[in-house]
Formats: sequence, structure tokens, C-alpha cells
Amino acid sequence: MLDLSTSIAGVKLKNPTILSSGILGTSPELIKRAFENNAGAATIKSIGPKPREGNNNPSVVDFGHGLLNAIGLPSPGYKNMDMEFDELSKIKEPVIWSIYGSKIEDFVNITKYIIRYKPRIIELNISCPNKEKGMLFSQDRNCAADVTKAVKNAANDIIIIPKLSPNVTNIAEIAYACEKAGADAINAINTVQAMVINIDAKKPVLHYKKGGISGPAIKPVAVRCVYDIYENVKIPIIGTGGITNGRDAIEMIQAGASAVGIGSAVYYHGIGVFGSIVNEIKEWMQENNYNSIKELIGIAHE
Amino acid sequence: MNKMEKEQKIHRKLTIKQIIDENYKTKTFFFNEKIDIKPGQFIMLWLPEIDEKPFSLSYKKPAAVTVELKGNFTKELFKLKQGDNLFYRGPFGNGFTAYSKKAVVVAGGMGLAGVSLLIESLKNPKVIFGVKQKKDLFFTERFKMDICTDDNSIGYKGLATEKLKQLLKHEKYDVIYACGPEIMMKTLFELAEKHKIKCETSLERFMFCGIGVCGSCACGNKLVCRDGPVFSSDDLREMKDFGSYAKLKNGKKASLQEYHKYRSKRIIKTT
Repeated sequence: MLDLSTSIAGVKLKNPTILSSGILGTSPELIKRAFENNAGAATIKSIGPKPREGNNNPSVVDFGHGLLNAIGLPSPGYKNMDMEFDELSKIKEPVIWSIYGSKIEDFVNITKYIIRYKPRIIELNISCPNKEKGMLFSQDRNCAADVTKAVKNAANDIIIIPKLSPNVTNIAEIAYACEKAGADAINAINTVQAMVINIDAKKPVLHYKKGGISGPAIKPVAVRCVYDIYENVKIPIIGTGGITNGRDAIEMIQAGASAVGIGSAVYYHGIGVFGSIVNEIKEWMQENNYNSIKELIGIAHE
Repeated sequence: MNKMEKEQKIHRKLTIKQIIDENYKTKTFFFNEKIDIKPGQFIMLWLPEIDEKPFSLSYKKPAAVTVELKGNFTKELFKLKQGDNLFYRGPFGNGFTAYSKKAVVVAGGMGLAGVSLLIESLKNPKVIFGVKQKKDLFFTERFKMDICTDDNSIGYKGLATEKLKQLLKHEKYDVIYACGPEIMMKTLFELAEKHKIKCETSLERFMFCGIGVCGSCACGNKLVCRDGPVFSSDDLREMKDFGSYAKLKNGKKASLQEYHKYRSKRIIKTT
């Protein structure tokens, strides 16, 4: 019997696909739709410390090899989302609650507030454009460790997963610092800094000018990051970046991921992409005589 | 990916060929090329360094948008002159299903621009056009329409939905198409359900990406940009937020009343 289940720090996922943060996760209804379409877990759009409108458009563009975005973290703010939180807390499948802030205090306050809704997993979006000490939390191992430790202390036994930026020299040492600070798992990677200029308009396409790439263009970047992190930490890794089919997912798992984030693939193939990725994983495993996802995690290192 | 698919993803340049004043607050901007689009689909119009917003086309060959002066984007658009450039990508979204049967199209205010291509694609549809007052009218030469005004300044006195209710007493239609204020579309949908008539409505929500990823335009578990903007009776029955909730730009779920109040905060006064 083929076993497609996997687990992240003790939480069981029926399959390794996870809806990534920032894709569709703006409402409990859309999170439910991801589960109806066979996602193993689903991440909500990052909750912010206060109401924030985000940038003007264009905020997401398809540049031919992936998506470039700078939506700018719009959020109602955690104090204006009780209706949604209440609905989310009723969902039985694993929901990942993503949060962001510009100060450690923001992360802690949001955590203390949402704890009443009993989230099982909190993802720390520390790779967002909000800055402390002039850089992203995840661009400095001490900052990344400090925010992880502070949230872990506030969160009792909730699973804490920092999501890391690839825009660093050595992502593995940052992952290691997060592990030492109490992280239960690591999600890698967030988007890769980039820009696209429309030569007829003679302007950057994004209103914010600069943004981050997701989608097929960054898959090899993500695979390398996950491979490096796997060699440096013992906690599980969610491998995110450019996965659009079953072979991509297996590649990420072989690099060391216990589960895979799915984002831009929803744009390329619609929300049915979770089901098709799962089927393709299943077919590959049958053809290659593997019975469980667990046998495949990190085998590219052997 | 074929050439057309590739092209619809990247912003392409448009040049304004002609601008027509439709009424005191509405202009039609004709462009230098035709755009292949299905009635009900939309394009994203981009004014570099300003913003990018979804619009229906009101004409196809050559392409045109008919726009009401409303907020910051349209204020900037209204400053443009013949020969000026802007950019677009698309078309996006699903579009109306054109039944070759007896159709009634109900448009409220600017909603008429959203169903203009649909009206042209149908065989002798009945068209009902509701506006607040006579001076809000446009396209009266272009289409044969039953006009309704809230203030009785011309045509039938009262709402377009009331006009349809009366028609349905002695006429049979196979499909009701609607585009306009959501409260109007909700009433029409309920009317259609009561009379067991198919209904298709074109919804509006604040939109970031326009391509089905960000979730800003969610209505229930549907995305207005990708699953819509046209929704059929089967969809509408399942969409709990239809006629009641919409998201603000920051993502907060608000009553339609609060949503419209928020959107109108940016509205520019016209006389």
C-alpha cells in the first residue's frame, strides 16, 4: 500500500503538498477549497500587526518564466479578523497560520492574540520587506533566532516554522540558528529579489518597482537551499519554490524536504494542481518501487 | 504557450485614437487596435506610476473602454488626450455564455459598458437600462433600450428590477443577464430563481493580481478574476458573500455597504 502521508513536527499531512502563504489564503472559504482539492495542508495569507493596504498595481505579473510580485502584505490587521479566525479554527485539516511584523513585539503580540483560536502551526514570515536594524529578520541569523525564540516562548506548544529568504549568502547557517532558537521546522524559500522593466513604457512593471520571483524560474535556487539546509539541521523542511508538477515535488523531497509548498502552480494549473501533483508523485513512486514518502526524503544526499 | 497566450500576459502598448464624451462624467476611449475578447471578460489597463485596474471593453474593433470619472485612476485616465499611450494585458476571466434564445439584459449605471459586447452578440435581446437620473444616460443611440430612472426624469419611473418584474408578468425569457450594482444583481438573481430562469451576473470586487493567485477579489470560495467575473445561477446559489460581503483593499471582510462607502471615499465629485 502506497503511503503518501508525511509529517511536520508531529502533525500528519495526508500528502506532502501545502498551499503556500500569499496564494488564495485570504479567506477560510478559499482555504477550505484548497483542502477540497486535495492539499495536504494550507497556509493563510500572512496576518499583520495593523491594517495595511499594500501597494498599487501592477502587483503580480507573469514575466514568462515565473511570477514577479510586490503586493505589499495587505492585511486587515490581527485585531480585525476574528470572524475569519473563528472559521479557520473549525477546519480539521492542518492550517498553517502565517504572521508577519516589523518588530519582534509584533510577532509576539499576534501570537498571543491568535493563541485563543488554537492554531497548531504558526509560520513566521520573516522574509517580508518590513525591516528591523535595516534588514529582513531572515537576513541575519541573530535576528532570525531572536524572533523565533520570542514567538516560541509565547506560543506554548504550537509548532513554529520560520520561512526563510534566499536573498542571503548562507541560508543554512540561518536555518541552523533558527533550529537552535527552538524552531520546529523550516520553510525555504520565500521569493527571490528581482525586477522586470517594460521597455515600451520604459518603467519597471511593478508599481513598487522591485519585487520577488516565484514559479519555475526559482526551482533550482530553492532545491539548492533545501539541500544545504538539510545538511545543517535535524528539523523537518518544507521545500517551497517553483514546484508545478509531481517530478518537481519529488526532486524537492529528495533534496531534503518533508513536504512541499505550492504557490505559483495554482496560477499555471488552477486549484486542481494539488490533485495532479499528488497523482504524479504516486505514479512515480509506483514505477520506482517506493512505498512511502519518508523513504524519499533527502535521498539525494546518500 | 502559443503566441496569443504569451501576449496576453505581458503589458502591451495602446494608443488613444479618439475620445468621446458620453455624458457629464463618462468618456469612451477608442484605441488604435482591436482586442480579441469574449463579452464579459476584462483587461487590466495600466497607467505607469499610477495604477492598474480591470475594465470591460465597450467596443471590440477597434477596442474601447467606457469609463466613469470616479477615483484616482480614472482622474489620471481622463487627463489623457488623443495620441497618448497607455498599456494593457489580458483578456482575463471567463465571460458570458451566449444562449441563442430569448434573452433580457439588465444594466445598472456603468454596468451598461460591461454588457455592451454581450448585447451586440445576442439576437434581439430585450435591454433594460436603469440610471439615477436622465443625465447619467449613455449609448441611447447605440442600443434600443427600456430606460428607467430613479427620479422619473425620463422613461419608466423606478428601478430596473421593478421594470423587469412587470415584464415577466406577460413575457417569457430564457436567460437574464445582469451587470450593475450588486444589490440590483442580487434582486435579479432572486427574481430569476423565482421564475426558474437562468441568470448570469458580472461581479465587481477590489482586485490586486487579476490572474487568480492573490485572493483579494474572493467572493465566498470563488475568485472574481479567474472563476468569474461572470457567475451563473449555479455559482451564485453557493456564493454566500454574493449580495452581502466584499473585501476592502487591506483584505478586511466588510458588508457591501461598508465596502461601497470605502470605495466612494476615493470618489471625485462630478456635477
